Amino acid sequence: MVEWFFGYLAGAVILLAILVVASRNPVHSVLWMLLMFLHVAGLYLLLNAEFLAATQVIVYAGAILVLFLFVVMLLNLREEIKIRRFTGGWLFKGLTALGIIYVLRRGLEGFRVGFEGPWSIEAVGRATHTRALGQVLFTEYILPFEIASLLLLVAIVGAVFLSKKRLR
Amino acid sequence: MNEINVSMLAPLLPEVIMASAGILVLLVELVARRKETAGLLSIAAVAVAAYYVPHSFGKSFGGMFVSDGYSAFFKFIFFINLILTVLLSMRYLVIEKSNHGEYYSLVVFSTLGMMLMASAGDLIVLYLGLELMALSSYVLAGFIRHDARSSEAAVKYFLLGAFSSALLLYGITLVYGLTGTTDVSLIGAAVVEKGLSTPLFLSVVFLMAAFGFKTALAPFHMWAPDVYEGAPTSVTAFMSVGPKAAAFAAFGRVFLTGFGSLSTDWTGILVVLSILTMAVGNILAIQQDNIKRMLAYSSVAHAGYAVLGIIVGGAEGLAAMMNYLFIYGFMNLGAFAVVIMLRSEGVRGEALEDYKGLAKTHPFAAAVMLVFMFSLTGIPPTAGFIGKFYLFKAVVGAGYAWLAVVTVIFSAISAYFYLRVVMYMYMLEPEGEAVTLSLSPSLGLALLITTLVVILIGVYPSPLLSFARLAAG
Amino acid sequence: MVPLYWYLWLGGVVFAIGVFGFLARRNIIIMFLSIELMLNGVNISLVALSHYMQDLRGQILVFFIIAVAAAEAAIGLAIIIAMFRNRDTLHADEMAEMKG
Repeated sequence: MVEWFFGYLAGAVILLAILVVASRNPVHSVLWMLLMFLHVAGLYLLLNAEFLAATQVIVYAGAILVLFLFVVMLLNLREEIKIRRFTGGWLFKGLTALGIIYVLRRGLEGFRVGFEGPWSIEAVGRATHTRALGQVLFTEYILPFEIASLLLLVAIVGAVFLSKKRLR
Repeated sequence: MNEINVSMLAPLLPEVIMASAGILVLLVELVARRKETAGLLSIAAVAVAAYYVPHSFGKSFGGMFVSDGYSAFFKFIFFINLILTVLLSMRYLVIEKSNHGEYYSLVVFSTLGMMLMASAGDLIVLYLGLELMALSSYVLAGFIRHDARSSEAAVKYFLLGAFSSALLLYGITLVYGLTGTTDVSLIGAAVVEKGLSTPLFLSVVFLMAAFGFKTALAPFHMWAPDVYEGAPTSVTAFMSVGPKAAAFAAFGRVFLTGFGSLSTDWTGILVVLSILTMAVGNILAIQQDNIKRMLAYSSVAHAGYAVLGIIVGGAEGLAAMMNYLFIYGFMNLGAFAVVIMLRSEGVRGEALEDYKGLAKTHPFAAAVMLVFMFSLTGIPPTAGFIGKFYLFKAVVGAGYAWLAVVTVIFSAISAYFYLRVVMYMYMLEPEGEAVTLSLSPSLGLALLITTLVVILIGVYPSPLLSFARLAAG
Repeated sequence: MVPLYWYLWLGGVVFAIGVFGFLARRNIIIMFLSIELMLNGVNISLVALSHYMQDLRGQILVFFIIAVAAAEAAIGLAIIIAMFRNRDTLHADEMAEMKG
């Protein structure tokens, strides 16, 4: 049962990813991406990561992609649909990507995890995923958390500075 | 480790000061009438932070943050980079009609990111520090908002930067899967225990490509010339020293602490990358007639020299690399200071042609440029010679005599394009209207500092050498 | 039980499709979307590894990657808008000011 569900999600994710890079119209690309993010969130649910699934939907699909859609609207879509999609030599680049897939397939076959941690499914289930994640995040990973806050500040300053029409 | 208290911040004191300074600069900029105030404030903050760097050694946050001699040395490079960049920028931003206080705040945050990278004992901190540095510098690259060249440079820098951090993340993911940790020293222990496997080798390759992008090693250098040429010159100076040194700091720590036991497996690749980088940087620099672009290729070539330090490895190699990056910082910032001096209202001053006969019209500027060109070539008695000499010594000492010979050959090639600038300045007659210099007190101070240091290290290098040797441990 | 290897391979395939899109497409926005694809490939691998290792640290990293992706999107799109204002193109190979 779970295998079938995984099969569906994986197939959809790969298909949608291909559609994202192959679509002529950037608006379509963004919308395929949206659908793909929802399927990735499904994968996270399969892996017992509810909090991340929710974050994926809220932040990635809800915030980042909406931003993308706004910017895509700047494009001259009529022009865009008519002209070349790919740079020269895309066949070679496609082979590069296939090469990466092949190398990863051979390289990752029989991948053994190097570690068994304390957070088994039962332990996470007892604490609930959000609380478990919060516990680790705000104790062990408090320093990266603070750095991330500065990062977001820089993002605000930079984005406002660059896109504001008129500066003092 | 479940208890969190303020004392854990003690080793991070310089970082905390810089973070507060970044926010303070942002606030001061709102009320200050002269934007230079923000710049002076950031220099003052750096002075305070620099004072605390040697007083705050130690590990914190469960080994995620490591403040040791190695990181301290790099932090001094970043501080010098910041101070000189701010001095270079004050007048330049006015000329470019982009005198906004956010500039100084972004420079401070970018430097903070570099400091975190140099001190990262954990790959997650490394990644976030890198992103903090990179995001600030993307904005800085596009800081002249009305200039198409500047925004194109920002787009290129951004796309390639984001691409390389995705590569870095894939490498981190594989390492995490194999060792169950993101702590660099624990990774080192796990790698020793488990030995080489195909996925581990893949992750080493991914990480090497990511660091290759950040340090602009060939074949991952193609963004550098475009970005360095298009970005505001003061930002180019900043980017060609700070982020490069920070990437080398992280590169050295991850590869020598984390994958040190596999060094026989990856030094081969790195040797190839290094030779390729020196070849590409030095040979393509010859064809350039824009001085910023020429200096961009030269900075690619210098990354090829510096990476020799990681190939040699150990305290000896690291000390040689740190030494080299320190000296490179001064001479490169100095050369860019001269380029900025030639930029004035309406005159770009970036073409090699503009340097024709500079010795006749502005003998002082020509003499200063001469010092930096000699130093970048590696001619004694300048600092550049000392940097290269100790690098070669380390390379030969590690049994790579042939590699040292290759490097010397490429250095000789580099003399062609560095000395061509000198030839233009001293042998040719000025053409057309003479360029006007836009010399301001701050720019003059920056030139004075860089020139003095480049000559001083050239004749009396031992304090720097012993400092680097001590810091490398 | 789905083997870990399937997830890792799926992550790798999504990553590789992203690499292809980044290298082969001309439109800057789609190049940027391809980078997001690569990040999603990384995220899938990380969550899977984290799950099979019974360790939450991989998921913490995913959390940070999503946060950074948001910051990156804000900056990146602002840069793209700034460029679009100066120059009416969104094609990487038409940026003719600098060549070679």
